[in-house]
Amino acid sequence: MKSFIFKAQLMAVAVLLSACGSDDDSQPEATLTHYTFEVDVTNMTAAQPLSPVAVMSHGPELELLTVGSTASTELEVLAEGGDNSQLLAMAAEHQTTLATMSGEGVLTPGTTESVTLEFERPDSDDELDMQVSVVSMLVNTNDAVTAINGQSIASLNVGESVTFTGLSYDAGTEANTEHADHIPGPAAAGGMQEGFSEVRDDFVNQVLMHSGVITAADGLETSVLQAEHRWDNPVMLVKVSRIE
Amino acid sequence: MKVLTSIITGALLSASGAQAAEYTIDIQNLTRGSVFAPLVVAAHSGSDSLFMVGESASTAVQAMAEGGDISGLVTSLESVGATISNNPAEGLLMAGDSVEVVLNTDSTANTYLSLAGMIVPSNDGFVGLNSLMLPTETGVYHYTLNAYDAGTEANDELRGSGAPGEPGLPVPPPLEEMVGHNATGVEANAEEFVHIHRGVLGDTNAEGGSSDLDAGVHRWLNPVAHLTITVQ
Repeated sequence: MKSFIFKAQLMAVAVLLSACGSDDDSQPEATLTHYTFEVDVTNMTAAQPLSPVAVMSHGPELELLTVGSTASTELEVLAEGGDNSQLLAMAAEHQTTLATMSGEGVLTPGTTESVTLEFERPDSDDELDMQVSVVSMLVNTNDAVTAINGQSIASLNVGESVTFTGLSYDAGTEANTEHADHIPGPAAAGGMQEGFSEVRDDFVNQVLMHSGVITAADGLETSVLQAEHRWDNPVMLVKVSRIE
Repeated sequence: MKVLTSIITGALLSASGAQAAEYTIDIQNLTRGSVFAPLVVAAHSGSDSLFMVGESASTAVQAMAEGGDISGLVTSLESVGATISNNPAEGLLMAGDSVEVVLNTDSTANTYLSLAGMIVPSNDGFVGLNSLMLPTETGVYHYTLNAYDAGTEANDELRGSGAPGEPGLPVPPPLEEMVGHNATGVEANAEEFVHIHRGVLGDTNAEGGSSDLDAGVHRWLNPVAHLTITVQ
């Protein structure tokens, strides 16, 4: 049996953008401000554990998940198997990314995990937006994810917090069979519980709002899911507090 | 006469606090398998509304929600001097697709935004926005929109008519292959008031079962649309 619990990867990345005009030796060094954000993530569902959360702070134009577009392979890997390592690596490579971090483990329904993002940023970047993103899989599904996608936290002062709620999206990369062989989460115990597969066999290969699960209780004979695995939006609560 | 008119207009504008503005409005269909029929998007005054939750739908809303016919709503909006975009997608707005609307409310007191368009396939579902106060400061504003049920027709989920008052759901040609046949029908009655749509059931049998809709394709969870308003 493949486990859907992936080892937490701590990948705090502080990207210091080199000052422009480096050929000018007389230019003073950029002044840096140290930021610490506490990101509290709560699973709001009844029976959909969330895979280890991918938490990122970045500037504009980091494309993690674009509704109406085809999912990246990195997003597909997270959406089908709960493995956030490729999406976090993709984010870490982006030139505007300030920090990336993984949750320590599966976030069970009703529980909250606090993830800390810590980085320094040149004050000369103040005109660039500073954003937070959080992405996680609803593991008792084929390819459902929830996301906070590029929400601004630039105006937060020390001691302030802001709260976002995450909707559920269908990555569009795997057919929603709800079969125990295709769902990595605990509801599929006894099945093959396959996570990522490169095959794209959904009826539409686009990230769109998830329509929910049908479940065996509602007549989908191939489904290993029961009524408790249904959900409604929103599914994730994210509170971002600026500590320093 | 001309002077008098402009004085009156000026008085109206200052009384309502209206600020002339051009709005670029992007509407995206977020659903996986539902289509929006022609949309009507309009800026109007605070004393007008397209629909009210908990109240009976007008015949114009009924025609929009049961058959995708927005002509009645457009006529009503014209009569109150609304700033209107009539069918900006020039037909169906497919799942995942977006359409852009530009509304210029200069010289009007149209400070509220509403929109409506039938969700296809459904009996009388529609994507709706009811009297959002338009932002006036320069910026980009994001909103999500929900699905409503007009309450004028039973949600039997059977192929049928798009004419107001006639049962069943219309199936336009692009959706022909996605909608089933020969179902027995979902037991339902018209609710008689506008409300948040409870969603469709569908089933997993394309050639029978209780519904002509597909549970894996035609269900949705709110929100069903994303609205972006850009104020220049």
